[in-house]
Amino acid sequence: MANNMINVALPKGRLGEKVYGMFAAAGYECPSILEPNRKLIFENGATGVRYFWVKPSDVAIYVERGAADIGVAGKDILLEYMPEVYELLDLNVGRCRMAVAAMKAFRDNPERTLRVATKFTRIAREYYAGLGRDIDIIHLNGSIEIAPILGLSDVIVDIVETGKTLLENDLEPIETIVPISARLIANKVSFKFHGEQIEAICRGLAQQVKQ
Amino acid sequence: MNPVIDSLKPEERVLYALRSLYQRYGYSQFKMSKFEEYDLYARNKDFLISDGVITFTDTDGRLMALKPDVTLSIIKNTRQMPGSMQKLYYNENVYRVSGSTRCFKEIMQTGLECIGDIDLYSLCEVIFLAAQSLHAIDPDYVLDLSHMGVVSALVDALALDDERRAAVLSCIGEKNGDGVRRLCPDRDVSGILALIAAHGSADAVIESIRPWCKDGAAKSALDELAQVTGILNANRCEGVRVDFSIVNDMNYYNGIVFMGYIRGIPTGVLSGGQYDNMMHRMGRNCRAVGFAIYMDLLERLSDGPRPFDVDTLVLYDERADIMALTKAVNRLTGEGYSVRAQKAVDDKLRYRRLLRFGEGGIEDGE
Repeated sequence: MANNMINVALPKGRLGEKVYGMFAAAGYECPSILEPNRKLIFENGATGVRYFWVKPSDVAIYVERGAADIGVAGKDILLEYMPEVYELLDLNVGRCRMAVAAMKAFRDNPERTLRVATKFTRIAREYYAGLGRDIDIIHLNGSIEIAPILGLSDVIVDIVETGKTLLENDLEPIETIVPISARLIANKVSFKFHGEQIEAICRGLAQQVKQ
Repeated sequence: MNPVIDSLKPEERVLYALRSLYQRYGYSQFKMSKFEEYDLYARNKDFLISDGVITFTDTDGRLMALKPDVTLSIIKNTRQMPGSMQKLYYNENVYRVSGSTRCFKEIMQTGLECIGDIDLYSLCEVIFLAAQSLHAIDPDYVLDLSHMGVVSALVDALALDDERRAAVLSCIGEKNGDGVRRLCPDRDVSGILALIAAHGSADAVIESIRPWCKDGAAKSALDELAQVTGILNANRCEGVRVDFSIVNDMNYYNGIVFMGYIRGIPTGVLSGGQYDNMMHRMGRNCRAVGFAIYMDLLERLSDGPRPFDVDTLVLYDERADIMALTKAVNRLTGEGYSVRAQKAVDDKLRYRRLLRFGEGGIEDGE
């Protein structure tokens, strides 16, 4: 791959499309990306950027290992995997929060070990360590909401956007751990060697950020 | 053509270049045992890059560790004599959890330590050698310098509790200006934001943060950084820059810290700095500065796949006169070719030319 292009890892899905819109508005458009096909990599030689879609949770891996120079990842992923990257900008899209949720009837008993089901084991562990609470972590890969319903866990730690899924399952958020939004991240070494290009993109995106 | 040098892998070539570089500046090699008492690491856990240490019980019941780090052993073994100076380099395997795989790995590490009565000359010499080491790996390098004195003075000025202070320091490491603003809505963080934004050539960066370092510890630290970068520039260290996002643990490091990068290797390959605080913690009343290079990362420097496994494949059969065959093979290797002699063609072997060894000696095989 050519050396002077900036490789951008975008998260597949609605958030990625929104973020691509911000890149395009900042002057880094790549029209072929919107054509319906199965291509994975899109580039625009004129603006010097090459986009590729990857699974949202993999963006940080591509950036940390230098396959992508920059990328867009949720703060949840950054907190969970702690990749060695620069976090250059809060894009203020994909806003949600990491929260503790439980059955509406749930009453915490501090004398017992709290069973916590989650995809985000590091975030959960650190949060409860900060509270000095002894917990039993149950790592799940999806459908976390079902765990308290079936008695697998007492609470869950998960991303809450509107809270609708929780509500429909008779669950409610009881504590916010941290607010989440999408962040522009950069590989540290790419930043050393393509600093000007990356900072120009960052400045362009900063103008697109809506507070 | 020197067949010995040609057969070296890039990382091996770098290793010999570094050894010769360090010896030219009067550093002597430090050899150590693979094991160290675990207690040494338990007491200084935060100094280690990764938490994990492989331990085992020795025959006399002592808990031992496969060394995850060399610097601590060097400090332990230094004798303290007023006015003396120890200049050491090492090339050792260490055992620690590798960042990307989260598993234990044997990692080849080369490094250099200068311990004793550190003055401006020795400080500049060590950083100069760090820049030269990177240059030996690849002339397209960046050596970022930071000064812990500048960073800590600006963070101290915010008067934060320990938790928020640690969070601000980690935001500086991530160049996360939004994070700093969010953490300290009630403070003037313009100095911290300037630190995060400032990176690049030394003079420009130092001037850009001068307004926040007008007096006290911040000013003297910034002046020291300016002096060191000035000397390095005068010695034509082109890759030297300033970037304050290098934030090492302040319990151990103080003064100038640095990090080296090579284009094409996705993480820093060199890291180092002044660790006077570590020396004091270990009861040594002297100063120290040093750096380490993570040689395992240099595998990435390969010259690309080799087009051939051997120059010449010599095929022989049962009737071959082995005495004549060995002579023929030795003659070819003596001419500088790599030769593989065997009875059948191996599908996976890539060779430049094929020769047959028949009754009349070597014949063209194609």
